[in-house]
Amino acid sequence: MSNLESAFLLEMMGITKQFPGTLALDDVQLQVRCGEVHALMGENGAGKSTLMKIAAGQLKADRGEVLFDGKPVCFENPAEAIDAGVSMIYQELNPILHMTIAENIFLNREPTRFRGLLVDRKKMNQEAAAILKKYGMNISPQVKMIELTIAQMQMVEIIKAVTFNAKIVIMDEPTSSLDADETENLFRTIAELKERGISIIYISHRMEEIARICDRVTVFRDGRYIGTREISEINRPALIKMMVGRELSDVFDKVPVRQGEVVLKVEGLTRNGVFQEISFEVRAGEILGFAGLVGAGRSEIMKSIFGLDPYDSGEIIWCGKPLTIRSTAEAIDHGIAMVTEDRKKYGLVLCRSLYENIGLPNLKKQQRRLFINHKANNAKISEYAKKLSVKASSLSVEAVSLSGGNQQKVILAKWMMASPKLMILDEPTRGIDIGAKHEIYKLMCQFAAEGMAIIMISSEMEEVIGMSDRILVVHEGRLNGQFHRSEICEGINLQEMILNKALGGDK
Amino acid sequence: MSMQAKQTEQSFDLALFTRKYGILMILVFMIVFLLIASPTFRTLQNTINVLNQISINGIIAIGMTFIIISGGIDLSIGSMIAVASVVTGAVLAANPGNVVFAVVLAAVACGLIGLFNGYIISKFDMFPFVVTLGTQLIFRGAAYVISDGKSYVLTSNAFKEIGQGKLLGAIPYSIIVLISIAFIGFVLLSRTKYGQYVYAIGGNLHTAVASGVNVFKIKLLTYMMMGIFTGIAGVILTSRVNAGQPSIGVGYELDAIAAVVIGGSSLNGGIGTIPGTVIGILMIGVINNGMNLMGVSSFYQQIVKGFIILGAVILDIMISRRKSK
Repeated sequence: MSNLESAFLLEMMGITKQFPGTLALDDVQLQVRCGEVHALMGENGAGKSTLMKIAAGQLKADRGEVLFDGKPVCFENPAEAIDAGVSMIYQELNPILHMTIAENIFLNREPTRFRGLLVDRKKMNQEAAAILKKYGMNISPQVKMIELTIAQMQMVEIIKAVTFNAKIVIMDEPTSSLDADETENLFRTIAELKERGISIIYISHRMEEIARICDRVTVFRDGRYIGTREISEINRPALIKMMVGRELSDVFDKVPVRQGEVVLKVEGLTRNGVFQEISFEVRAGEILGFAGLVGAGRSEIMKSIFGLDPYDSGEIIWCGKPLTIRSTAEAIDHGIAMVTEDRKKYGLVLCRSLYENIGLPNLKKQQRRLFINHKANNAKISEYAKKLSVKASSLSVEAVSLSGGNQQKVILAKWMMASPKLMILDEPTRGIDIGAKHEIYKLMCQFAAEGMAIIMISSEMEEVIGMSDRILVVHEGRLNGQFHRSEICEGINLQEMILNKALGGDK
Repeated sequence: MSMQAKQTEQSFDLALFTRKYGILMILVFMIVFLLIASPTFRTLQNTINVLNQISINGIIAIGMTFIIISGGIDLSIGSMIAVASVVTGAVLAANPGNVVFAVVLAAVACGLIGLFNGYIISKFDMFPFVVTLGTQLIFRGAAYVISDGKSYVLTSNAFKEIGQGKLLGAIPYSIIVLISIAFIGFVLLSRTKYGQYVYAIGGNLHTAVASGVNVFKIKLLTYMMMGIFTGIAGVILTSRVNAGQPSIGVGYELDAIAAVVIGGSSLNGGIGTIPGTVIGILMIGVINNGMNLMGVSSFYQQIVKGFIILGAVILDIMISRRKSK
C-alpha cells in the first residue's frame, strides 16, 4: 500500500463539502500521479471547481484528507498552496492589467536592491525576458498585461506558476477563450511541463482535447465520485454516460422545420474597419449558422443588427420593410432578441433575482404604465422559467448562484418571454455542460418549430453543422461561403470545407 | 436525504434572516437598551424629537438610495441645499408673502441642478463621483453669487411653520414630509418599472442596455429626483435656521450616504431597499439621541458613528463573502 501511495503526487480522499442549501461534494476522491495530465470531467455543478478550490487552498473541506507528496496537508490559503507547489490557472484570469508582464510574473517575489528597499527592475526584466523566451513567447516583458490577448495572459499565468516550482498545475477550462492556434500552443506547453515531471489537472468539457492530451480521467456527477479511467481504455459514449448517467444517443436532435417568410434581410451592411458588405437573409423557422474564427466579426455584425453597436452603411429589411435600428430598445420592440456571448456582461444582472432578470426586457409590454403587477408578472415569469426547465430552488434566488447552463436558460427564458420573431444566439453553449447543451439544442429546435427565425454564432464546428439549416462563413469581416443542410447531409467532410473558408480559402 | 435537505434549508433561512434583518436587530437592541437605561428616551416627546432631528437627513437619504442603487453617488447635496436656501431667501426677502412660490422655486431649481448632474454623468459616461465633485463647487459658487455672499434674514411666520411648526401642535410637519417621501420612494423602487430599471442599471449596466432599458432617461430621472428631494430638505433646513444662507448644508451628503450604507445598500450598485435606508436613518438618529441623553460628548459621538459605518460595511462584506463561497 505504501508503495502505491508514493506513486501519487496529490491524493484527495473522502472529501466532503457542504454549502448552504447544497452538498457540493459527497465523499469524493482524486488521485493524481507524478507527471500525468489528469482530466477532471463532469457537468457544471458536479463539484469539479469546488474540489479544485480545496486543492488550491481557496476553500476548506468539511471532511476528508489531502495528501501532497505523500504527506498530509491542509492549506489555509492559496499562498500556502502555491508555496507547497500547487498552482491554479483560473477560468477567468485575473492578472493586474495595468502592470507589465515582468511585474505580474514577479509579483510578491520581486528581485530587490538595497536590502529589499527598492525593486531591481533591470534584473526583473532580464529574468522575465529569459523566462518568456524559454516558453517561446516572443514579447517584451515590459508590455502591460492589458495589451495581451487572453491566450497570452494565460501563458503568462502558466509561466508564472511553473517558474516558481509548481509541482502540480490546475487548469480550469483553459481553452474556452482560445482559438485553434492558441490551443495548439497551449498543448505544446502542457507536453513540455509533463516531460519535466509536472502534473496537470485539466478541467474541460471538450472531449477531443481530453482524448488528445490527457492520460487519465476522473468523472464526477452531482458532487459524487463516479470513477477514474485510463483515457486509452475508454471511448466517448462511455465517458458521456459516466458524466450524465445515461446515454445521449444523438446530441443534436435536429428536427426539420418548414420555413416561412423572410424575417430579416440584410444588404451591404458595413461597419468601417469591422465588417464589410454583409448581405444575407433568414426565414421564419430557419436556423442560420454563422461559422468562422474568433474575431472574424460575427458577433460585431449581430451587435449592429441588435442595436448594441452602430453601423455605417447598408440596409436592414425587417419583415419586408426597411428599418433603422438605433438602440436595443428599438430592436426589441420590433421583435429581435439577442443572447450575447458574454453571459455575465450582457446577459444577467448577477446580484438580482431570477424574477427580475427574466422580467427585465419584458416590463415595457405590461399593460400598466408605471406600476408593476408583481403577482401577474411573476406568474408569467414562472411559466417561462418552467418551460425552459430552469433549475433553481426558487426564482427569488440571485442569478449569481446558478450554474452556467442554468444561467443560460434564464437568459433564454427572458428572451422567450419577449416572444421575438428573430433570436440571435452568440455561442449559446459555451462553457455549458453536455446535459444542458442537449437541452438548449432541443429548445432551439422547438423555437424554430414555433416559427421563430434563429441566427446562431458558434465556434464549435460540430454544433454549427449539427444544428444549422444553412451555414454562412465569415472571414475577416466578410462573408466567405455558404453551405446548405443538403450538403451537410451528404456526409462530405464539411468541417474541413468550413474551416478552409473560415481561414480565407477560395477567395 | 430529505431530512438533510430540510436541515440545510433551515440553516439557509437563518443566514438569509441575519442578512435581511441584521441591522434591524442591532437597532432594536439599541432601542431596548436605551428604553431601560434612559428615562427620558422613553417619553413620546423624545421620540418625536428624534424623528424631527433625522427628517432632513432622511429625506436626502431616500433620494440617495436611488442614486447609490443605480451605481452612482451625489456629492453635490450640500451645495444644492445652499442653492435652495438662497433661492427661498431671495424670494422671501423681496416679498415675505410669497411662501409657496419660494418653496416651489427652490425645489424646481434643485431638480434642474440634479438634471444637470444626471445629464453630464450619462451623456459623457463619466464617474458620478468626479462629476458631482466638480458640480458641487459650481453650485456652491452659484449660491454665493445669487445671495452676493450675504444671508437673508427671514421674517415670514408662515415660512417658519414649515420647519418648526407642528400638525395639531404635536407632530412636526417635517416628520410628515419625511414619511411621505419615504413612502413615495418605497413605492417607486419596489412597485414600478422605473424602480426595476434602477436596480438593473446599478447591478449591470451592460445587461440593462442589452435588455432595451433607456439608461439615459433613468439616470436623468434619478438625479433629478435626488435634486427635488434635496430642495425640499433645503427648504426645511432654511426654515429652521430662519435664514437663507449660501454657506449652509456642508457635509449633508456624507450623512445621507452613511444612512444608505448602514441600511444595506451596496456602493457597487444594484442592491438596497428603502426600508433598509429608513433603518439606517433611524439608527443614526437613535445613536445621536442616545449619546446625548447619556451625556457622551459630541466629539466621541463622531467617533462612534464612524465605527458604526465601518461595522455596517464589514458586515455587508462578510455576508457577501459567505454567500459567494
